[in-house]
Amino acid sequence: MEEEMHTDAKIRAETGTGSSPRGPGCSLRHFACEQNLLSRPDGSASFLQGVAEKSRERLIRNTCEAVVLGTLHPRTSITVVLQVVSDAGSLLACCLNAACMALVDAGVPMRALFCGVTCALDSDGTLMLDPTSKQEKEARAVLTFALDSVERKLLMSSTKGLYSDAELQQCLAAAQAASQHVFRFYRESLQRRYSKS
Amino acid sequence: MSKARKPRRASGRGKSMRRRARDFSSRPHLGISCGVSGPGIRVESAAAEQARRRGAAQAQTRGREDGGWVQKENCRPDGRELGEFRTTTVNVGSISTADGSALVKLGNTTVICGVKAEFAAPPTDAPDTGYVVPNVDLPPLCSSRFRSGPPGEEAQVASQFIADVIENSQIIQKEDLCISPGKLVWVLYCDLICLDYDGNILDACTFALLAALKNVQLPEVTINEETALAEVNLKKKSYLNVRTHPVATSFAVFDDTLLIVDPTGEEEHLATGTLTIVMDEEGKLCCLHKPGGSGLTGAKLQDCMSRAVTRHKEVKKLMDEVINSMKPK
Repeated sequence: MEEEMHTDAKIRAETGTGSSPRGPGCSLRHFACEQNLLSRPDGSASFLQGVAEKSRERLIRNTCEAVVLGTLHPRTSITVVLQVVSDAGSLLACCLNAACMALVDAGVPMRALFCGVTCALDSDGTLMLDPTSKQEKEARAVLTFALDSVERKLLMSSTKGLYSDAELQQCLAAAQAASQHVFRFYRESLQRRYSKS
Repeated sequence: MSKARKPRRASGRGKSMRRRARDFSSRPHLGISCGVSGPGIRVESAAAEQARRRGAAQAQTRGREDGGWVQKENCRPDGRELGEFRTTTVNVGSISTADGSALVKLGNTTVICGVKAEFAAPPTDAPDTGYVVPNVDLPPLCSSRFRSGPPGEEAQVASQFIADVIENSQIIQKEDLCISPGKLVWVLYCDLICLDYDGNILDACTFALLAALKNVQLPEVTINEETALAEVNLKKKSYLNVRTHPVATSFAVFDDTLLIVDPTGEEEHLATGTLTIVMDEEGKLCCLHKPGGSGLTGAKLQDCMSRAVTRHKEVKKLMDEVINSMKPK
């Protein structure tokens, strides 16, 4: 018996050219979330072309498989469809956040929440969290991590560019700190939604 | 002509398996070179080794439960320790029709890489750069899980991984592949074909690619001024300038706690997650590929890094041995 997701979540990262408004106390850009936006979630699976997309899909799928309690729903297919509305950098992290919120919205039992955080290292070693497209292009290395909510363990990592071990640890620590903001946002967003209804 | 001796296997009484590089330089027309790396020099008492092998045999007869046997016996069904690699064999220059080739065996996993160089027009936004185009093929002959037809997901992911490693590590400066800026450049088609799939395909592919690129010889090309055609001088060949040596180390994660190096096909199937680290000689990371799976703490990641550093040294030693034995004396 197949269960389809009748809910969808969309997280929009608001962009700013140059000086993007970053929330106080953290260097992540402002983010917003709307849930249950689409009533017909069977969106197109047509952008599943190209080897890079396949690779990205696999990363997201494996991350979801690690947290979803699949054993509670045998013979079930859970389809997560992600449609890119706009890409202003940190795309993979945004996809991970959207996938997590969609799974929560659908009520799929999970052992933890997860979030995606992107770090960019530029040529003199400065760390930037949540880079824009321009910053990503100019960076020496771009690292994307998926962290879980229970112990901030590393669930998924996808990196581009050359970096040292020390820089990796630095980025990981920064990502773990930033993930707190994302999880707090999840909590607030869900509280707001369920307090109304 | 000296007869090539078969490498003598350790009699199992605590002696380590020595490395042997078979030298075919007396038969230059074959152009084959082979190197073998054993599981590292290990000195242990005969009693300890017997106990370990007995434990491994017991684990096999007891049947496979998820990882419990590994924790208890501290070794795996094939007798390896948790941080031990399988025997690595590399054979370079075996395909005479290719410009460069290498065959790598990691235990049973076998990958062959062939590099062909062709002419192409350079991209307009970078008129003095060539191309390196990798392609990983997992045909049905290597494992029953693959069907014939368009490349499946695993092959595509592996191809993307190799393309990322080439891009990130800058193994070849693309400007070196330029013949005439804006008009003619080399494109290197690197085809990696798996002949036997027994886990840890990414490590084998990376190593095969590295060895094949070190083996590539490109002929000298001059552009004739009058006819504007390229003239290839097959008698004058030069090796590619391979700048860095990225080496991949893969781990399988069991239940968030146990990390084993170089998983076999069966161990990969049982694992709850995998991790691949690609490192170059300065300790810089080209790629940290962890496609989901159970979580890892920062401390466990550090252990993996140190193992990757040791593995890089082993592989580099093997590569140097092989390349040196290929040089004409």
